[in-house]
Amino acid sequence: MSFSKRIPIFLLRLLALAATISATLIMVTSRDSAQVFNVKFEAKYTNSPTFTYFVLMNAIASGYTLILLFFPTKCSFGHLILIFDLIVALLLDSSISACIAIGQVGKKGNSHAGWLPICGQVPRFCDHVTGAIIAGFVAALVYFLILVYSLHNLINLFSLKN
Amino acid sequence: MALGGGETLEAGGDRAARVMSSSSSKVDLVMVLLRVLALLATVSAALIMGFNKQTRTIVVATIGTTTVQATLTAKFQHTPAFVFFVIANGIASLHNLLMLVVSFIGPPKLFERIAPSAIPVFDLMNVAIVSGGASAAAFMGQLGRDGNSHARWNKICDKIDSFCDRGGGAMIASFIGLVLIIIICSLSIIRLRRYNTI
Repeated sequence: MSFSKRIPIFLLRLLALAATISATLIMVTSRDSAQVFNVKFEAKYTNSPTFTYFVLMNAIASGYTLILLFFPTKCSFGHLILIFDLIVALLLDSSISACIAIGQVGKKGNSHAGWLPICGQVPRFCDHVTGAIIAGFVAALVYFLILVYSLHNLINLFSLKN
Repeated sequence: MALGGGETLEAGGDRAARVMSSSSSKVDLVMVLLRVLALLATVSAALIMGFNKQTRTIVVATIGTTTVQATLTAKFQHTPAFVFFVIANGIASLHNLLMLVVSFIGPPKLFERIAPSAIPVFDLMNVAIVSGGASAAAFMGQLGRDGNSHARWNKICDKIDSFCDRGGGAMIASFIGLVLIIIICSLSIIRLRRYNTI
């Protein structure tokens, strides 16, 4: 596999590694506490199972990307790598979608269910979570591109004839 | 000798082509069946959540002999996650329907050249859409069922139980559809080897 053909997917994987690692770190370091009527109100990412799932999925994805950076593209495991890429992209996609749903409830609240928004009380936590969600969204997008590129490397998509 | 060798080679090639065509037609049949099942799953998920609504009157206070009642309505439009769930399953069922039609009557004349490479890419997008919708609704449903004590959000499923039950049923249907769609995507990627020109 010539070096010039390996560069795009290497760059994409590097970008995905940066995005997943930053999403994990930003979410893990999100913490804020507020004092409302003498009641201490502490917000951490472990308070919601959704954010824990997000951190877990991004950690798995960053570990997988790190291992795969040192693999040549056209080795005999090409099909297996494609399947693992599909699984990791799926997990990233589901975690970011759930985080956006819960984050929207945290920011705007839900008047029908009687849930008040919490972003007013813990603004730093909210900002951290927003940053982590943006990084996770970039990671999911880049992984989708990696998937299409992996597929193209395995089976040349431009030269298929019916 | 050369004629005999050429004949056996041709017969061997014919046999190989016949074996490959029979196995590929079996794969085609399995794909059609899976697409029908996935279409049913996503359509039912979208419809069950789309018609999910519950109204309940609860007695809030009693003043003298008259009771003060409050009506509690739960509709799926109240929660953006469920709206996204319905839209995602709608798009996925549309995609499944189109792919089913294409697998019967072939792609339209305009797209005949790019169809073999475009179909797996569209199947990948379908997987992403359905997985996003299903997981968003699942986590929102978990929040509604258990609440979140740290954020002072009370659980609401004990008051609107049949709304929660129907929502749960729609999510199960969507997850079944997701598994089927993942299998369909893998099969359509494996099938690309038939056209492999590398």
